[in-house]
Amino acid sequence: MKSICFYFQIHQPMRLKRYRFFDIGNDHYYYDNFANEDILTRIAHRSYIPAADTLLRMIKDSGGAFKCAISVTGIALEQLEQYVPEFIDRMQALVATGCVEILGETYSHSLASLADPEEFALQCKEHDDKILQLFGTTPRVLRNTELIYCDEIAPQILAMGYKGVITEGAKHILGWKSPDYIYSAADAPDLKLLLKNDALTDRINYHFSSDPITADQYIAQIADTPAEEQIFNIFMNMETLGETQPAESGIFQFMEALPRFAAERGIGFITPSEAVDTIPAVASLEILHPISWADEARDTSAWLGNDLQREAFRKLYSVAERVRLCDDRRLKQDWMYLQASDHLFYMSTKHRADGSIHSLFSPYESPFQAFTNYMNVLADFIVRVEEQYPLSIENEELNALLTTIRNQSREIETLNKELASARKDIDHYNEERKARATKA
Amino acid sequence: MKALMFGWEFPPHILGGLGTASYGLTRGMWQCGDMDITFVIPKPFGDEEKHFANIIGASQVPIAWRDVSRDYVEQRIGRVMSPDLYFRLRDHIYADFNYMRTNDLGCIEFSGRYPDNLIDEINNYSITAGVIARTLDFDIIHSHDWLTYPAGIHAKQVTGKPLVIHVHATDFDRSRGNVNPTVFNIERDGMLNADHIITVSNLTRDTVINKYGIDPAKVTTVHNAVTPLDSDILDIKASKPKEKVVTFLGRITMQKGPEYFVEAAAKVLKNNHNVRFVMAGSGDKMDEMIALAAKRGIADRFHFPGFQKGRQVYEMLSASDVYVMPSVSEPFGISPLEAMQMGVPSIISKQSGCAEILTNVIKTDYWDIDAMADAINAIVAYPSLHKQLKDDGLAEVNTITWDKAGQKVIDIYHKVLGH
Repeated sequence: MKSICFYFQIHQPMRLKRYRFFDIGNDHYYYDNFANEDILTRIAHRSYIPAADTLLRMIKDSGGAFKCAISVTGIALEQLEQYVPEFIDRMQALVATGCVEILGETYSHSLASLADPEEFALQCKEHDDKILQLFGTTPRVLRNTELIYCDEIAPQILAMGYKGVITEGAKHILGWKSPDYIYSAADAPDLKLLLKNDALTDRINYHFSSDPITADQYIAQIADTPAEEQIFNIFMNMETLGETQPAESGIFQFMEALPRFAAERGIGFITPSEAVDTIPAVASLEILHPISWADEARDTSAWLGNDLQREAFRKLYSVAERVRLCDDRRLKQDWMYLQASDHLFYMSTKHRADGSIHSLFSPYESPFQAFTNYMNVLADFIVRVEEQYPLSIENEELNALLTTIRNQSREIETLNKELASARKDIDHYNEERKARATKA
Repeated sequence: MKALMFGWEFPPHILGGLGTASYGLTRGMWQCGDMDITFVIPKPFGDEEKHFANIIGASQVPIAWRDVSRDYVEQRIGRVMSPDLYFRLRDHIYADFNYMRTNDLGCIEFSGRYPDNLIDEINNYSITAGVIARTLDFDIIHSHDWLTYPAGIHAKQVTGKPLVIHVHATDFDRSRGNVNPTVFNIERDGMLNADHIITVSNLTRDTVINKYGIDPAKVTTVHNAVTPLDSDILDIKASKPKEKVVTFLGRITMQKGPEYFVEAAAKVLKNNHNVRFVMAGSGDKMDEMIALAAKRGIADRFHFPGFQKGRQVYEMLSASDVYVMPSVSEPFGISPLEAMQMGVPSIISKQSGCAEILTNVIKTDYWDIDAMADAINAIVAYPSLHKQLKDDGLAEVNTITWDKAGQKVIDIYHKVLGH
């Protein structure tokens, strides 16, 4: 049976406030609370909430036949909890139906997988914990930031306990192959890959308003594919429903009509976990260079395409190990927020179609302003990291010193315990002696 | 197509941006082919480039009949005008101007600069325009800036040929709003009489429409461009101090916003000591700026090398790490493009016309000294930003060429002529 695998992504970064270089060393709060609340609340009310309600209705009306996957970054969850808690309730209701799977991803929507494997693992773990705490489930399939994937990170993903990864069905990788099958990772055969079907996704994502399509026609497109093609991965941002394609376009009605027409044509819905468990891989797919779902090139050039982006990225991860060593909570929190790939996305100097998408999302007037502002913030952040541990000490030496300190505190703890129990013994002995003396 | 252009300056003898722009545009139009351009200026020196336009000096145009021999004319002005043309012009003197001060050839002497009796020179220029218009054959008249509008109007009245005026600046830009009524009237008269108006930016276009009350339908923007630099200029390697150099280059007048540059410098120097600031140029605000720099306590790192010309300008740029143009009102502003050609990242005010076409520069409001200081610091402190702006800026500015602007002007000619 053919199955459609819907996946919706939710992410909102912590946008930075205008941070001048003379603030470096003086002001350690970096975020534009007003803009963040304003944007999140607007998008939640235009898109996330009506979309969640629509999905819930689709599940109920279809008697559980409709299924989909959702992922929300940790940073977005934090903001949603704070500004739009009613959306978290809806998410919990969706998860409770058993028809919605929550996927794993990096907590901060970061590019850690490209720079720092340790950080990547930590962030996925942190995100899994957050999901468990809020929704009571542990993700089994990973959605790395912006569907970034390459062979190099596959073994690590498998080692972290994920059974599958969703990524882009990039044309330059697939060639003549179809995205509508399950593939396995070249360097980790047990890891399954789900590839996004570009044409079906863009039909909704980009062209729905300009060239409307009915649910009937859309399902017919899927039904008319060769019989061997089993899974149709339609991965998009949740904002597509209601924001990119506004409610007036009829996008919600289109979605609601899908399950009925799918049922008529004998097409089902499937979650990524079910797909990974039930559909065997047809072949292994070699992906040497990282791919993603962003920009025309479908690579990492949206974030690391120019010198500005690369310098910011290098500078940021140059302090990664230091930050992990320390345990200042605010510092760790800023570390998460600053890693969001969005900050790099705003620095893109691409033109034409790609460029217009970058500037559409950017809170800055130009990539240069985005770079300047971010680097000023980063400069202050690095000053704070240095205050914790001077840069003159090598990481290894620092590590050794920290281990010594930790060992010593453990030793002191043990000794204290011993001392306490010895004191207790003495007290006990004294009491007994006193009792004996009075008896005598 | 034959065009009769009136201008005031022409390289190499230029006093401001007008000469550079007139030259570039004329050359660009010539590159497009099928253009026969006659360019009238008050006073040619004989070393102007002539292969793409016939240059006529108003100071060689007779307005009073003198009985002179061919040899005498050849000896007197042969360097800048052929005797044939002189005699043809002499045949078209249209009134008795003997009451005016003329020389042995019956011509008026022009300074070709901006003297105190500028209004008189403008009128005299317009008198010679009458002779030229009666003599030559052309399809269209094109006047560059307000000084030559009366000449253009005169030529139009004599021949009935359509007039296009080119607004390189308005008095609102020069005076920050306190316009000189005489200048305003000359400007408005030119705009009302013109069949079409070309402005160098949308900023100027808005001024023409809103402040002079002109019908938007007859105002079109054609942005300026730059002429590629010769390799001997690109190869200039000036010696520079070990600190980073941030440069302001231009007239130190109210229009250019020099005080914002000084204030931004003070902000940068408070946190970053690895920088020197240079304010190159002269003007009526210079003394005030020297005093301001001293008052802010930054005089040891803020330098005034005076007016720079020709090659010195490029030497100055090649020693610079950042170029700043904080103009309060700049119709176009060609200097940031020149800085970009020399590989110097530029910060320009949003109130400048060139901001409309440039991408690889940092744009700030002229009054936002915090943003300006931040941008200066960023270019100085983050090498990758410097490199990105330099490389992409160079690539960008190389695409802004005069032949494209020239083609737009030719298209406007065709429209005006009803082709």
